[in-house]
Amino acid sequence: MKIIVCIKQVPDTGEVKINPETNTLIREGVSSIINPFDMYAIEEALRLKEKYGAETFVLTMGPPQADMALREALSLGIDQAIHLSDRAFAGSDTWSTSLILSKAIEKIGAFDTFDGAKKAPLSIPSTNSGSRAMSRDNPEQTKCVEGVDLIICGKQASDGDTAQVGPGIATHINLAQATYVRKIDNINLENKIIRLERLLEEGFEILEVKLPALITVVKEINEPRLPSLRGKMRSRSQTISVWGHKDLGLKEEELGLKGSPTQVVRIFTPPPRDKGMILEGDPEVIVEKLAEELKKHLI
Amino acid sequence: MSESIKVIVEKCIGCGLCVKVCPFSAITIVNKKAIIDLSKCNLCGACKEACKFEAIAIFKPKIEAVDFSSYKDVWVFIEQERGKIAGVSYELLGKARDLAKDLRGGVVAVLLGHDIKRKNQELIQRGADKIICVDKPELDNFISENYANIISHLIVKYKPEIFLAGATTCGRSLVSRIAVTIKTGLTADCTGLDIDKEKRLLIQTRPAFGGNIMAQIITPNYRPQMATVRHKVMKELEPDAKRKGEVIEEIIDGRFIDGRVKFIEFIQEEVAKVNLADADIIVSGGRGLQEGKNFQLIRDLADAIGGAVGSSRSAVDSGWISYSHQVGQTGRTVAPKLYIACGISGQIQHLVGMQSSRVIVAINKDPDAPIFRVANYGIVGDLFQIVPLLIKKFKEGSKK
Repeated sequence: MKIIVCIKQVPDTGEVKINPETNTLIREGVSSIINPFDMYAIEEALRLKEKYGAETFVLTMGPPQADMALREALSLGIDQAIHLSDRAFAGSDTWSTSLILSKAIEKIGAFDTFDGAKKAPLSIPSTNSGSRAMSRDNPEQTKCVEGVDLIICGKQASDGDTAQVGPGIATHINLAQATYVRKIDNINLENKIIRLERLLEEGFEILEVKLPALITVVKEINEPRLPSLRGKMRSRSQTISVWGHKDLGLKEEELGLKGSPTQVVRIFTPPPRDKGMILEGDPEVIVEKLAEELKKHLI
Repeated sequence: MSESIKVIVEKCIGCGLCVKVCPFSAITIVNKKAIIDLSKCNLCGACKEACKFEAIAIFKPKIEAVDFSSYKDVWVFIEQERGKIAGVSYELLGKARDLAKDLRGGVVAVLLGHDIKRKNQELIQRGADKIICVDKPELDNFISENYANIISHLIVKYKPEIFLAGATTCGRSLVSRIAVTIKTGLTADCTGLDIDKEKRLLIQTRPAFGGNIMAQIITPNYRPQMATVRHKVMKELEPDAKRKGEVIEEIIDGRFIDGRVKFIEFIQEEVAKVNLADADIIVSGGRGLQEGKNFQLIRDLADAIGGAVGSSRSAVDSGWISYSHQVGQTGRTVAPKLYIACGISGQIQHLVGMQSSRVIVAINKDPDAPIFRVANYGIVGDLFQIVPLLIKKFKEGSKK
């Protein structure tokens, strides 16, 4: 099996404090971490590798410092890391981000035995060039990505919170998907079917999905391990391939602000919440007062 | 490559406002001039917005004059499970009416499923002018591939100007597939939707970085303009029995059905009497409960007030309650009318998951707990005294 985990480096909100006067984030000195949900994706890939045997890859798109996130994933036991880093990628929305990641997945899938240290050839077999706009009236004719069995993402990133990139990647390379996966029951390697559970609002559902497929995982799926000392040592010296837009066969106009259908027109700080009412003292009196107040809101 | 962001050195006075607002710590002041580290910059525009001297320029692609005159109407994806329509779909129909009015278009409900035609009348009463209905046994259970294939086909056929869906597990799994398939912009979790009438643009406002920054986003060059909206953000309309509407039944053949995903079964969680996302009232418990058995207090209060049960992460990690109840960054994001936090200190990860609630009540012993900063009503006291009294109070109230 070939498994690819897509991760994102995000600001560590655990370190973020709120300025009590302005109610805004204090960002100074905030370090970067792997998106918390992606830690479960990495762990699940490692568990599948231990159970079924697999070649595991970690993939990220981000600035040069995202190298740290990849090394952390390597230290946990992922075999190979690919870093998609290029100024042309900056400003990409979820549409172009998922395009970039899906091109890299195609490229990883194109090799039978992958050696991260060796420079990968530039040409990749492309199943779609540019936009696949309006071409879906014959969905069965679209070929899906080859050479990759499973792609695992966290359910969403803690900074953007969109949950759009996972399904976006799946669609770009025509993969079946299962989002919000809380458990993988089993993988039938012979029939290439994964059986899993999805966490929904009112319970969960069981699905069987034909591989190759993309899944996004929730926290409930596992308990991530800590890196071993040996893993940390090894990850420091591992070679990480860095790919830019040319390596992926992408044109600049498909990427960044130019390639993104959405545009941010304004960013502003939301008005702070009104100062609340503080109730202290005799519990009986407090409860009486609160019930009185809540009546106003609950009608 | 020409850079897309630049500091206009003549205008910059090195005041540092941009440094403070940059979410990526990409700006430093060197010799009283702002320097942007392009390897960190994400072109979000927060610095440009903050700069009082117009000293930061961002070069955005030009808005091409594309003719979208053949695109019309506001579409709402109607989410249903076993014939029950999700509350958020009604809320979106209500919002769609406002948007359609500004655009002088109609509201179209898109309803997929099996044996669902009886829902049509209800949707018209709730604000739809037209319903596009696809009734097919294979659509009985929501499978994102099938739904996305069919809706993409319908969008190409009818050309809606705007497409809205709920930011639910179902909606989020679906719309990204559609947006990629037909190549258009999609904005997640909008808290505000408005129309720029002149340009016929949907102005989509959404929180970013856990609600500490708001961003306004547009999709100028592609149609439809797609957005998801969370529960309880928009207001549903009262059903109006006099409303009339048209129903279009679309016959869709089997090639849109993706055979790769097989639904096996759905298992309802027993404790989920009230679904967190749907709930108007949520009562949440945290570490202040001290022991797992004390969580019963939270359940009792939720019962008395007719709310759902939520929890902080530490209560879940202690094994007091299952993960599906967790509110916050690694759990669910909720925005009920009333959120009662009992014994929850209010770590930032919890706050980002509930601070959009309309009214927040916090009960905590520690007057300095961060939860009080977002609370409309902060009760400084012992929850073991306060909560039983509240239960009694609400039980009395409901008897009257």
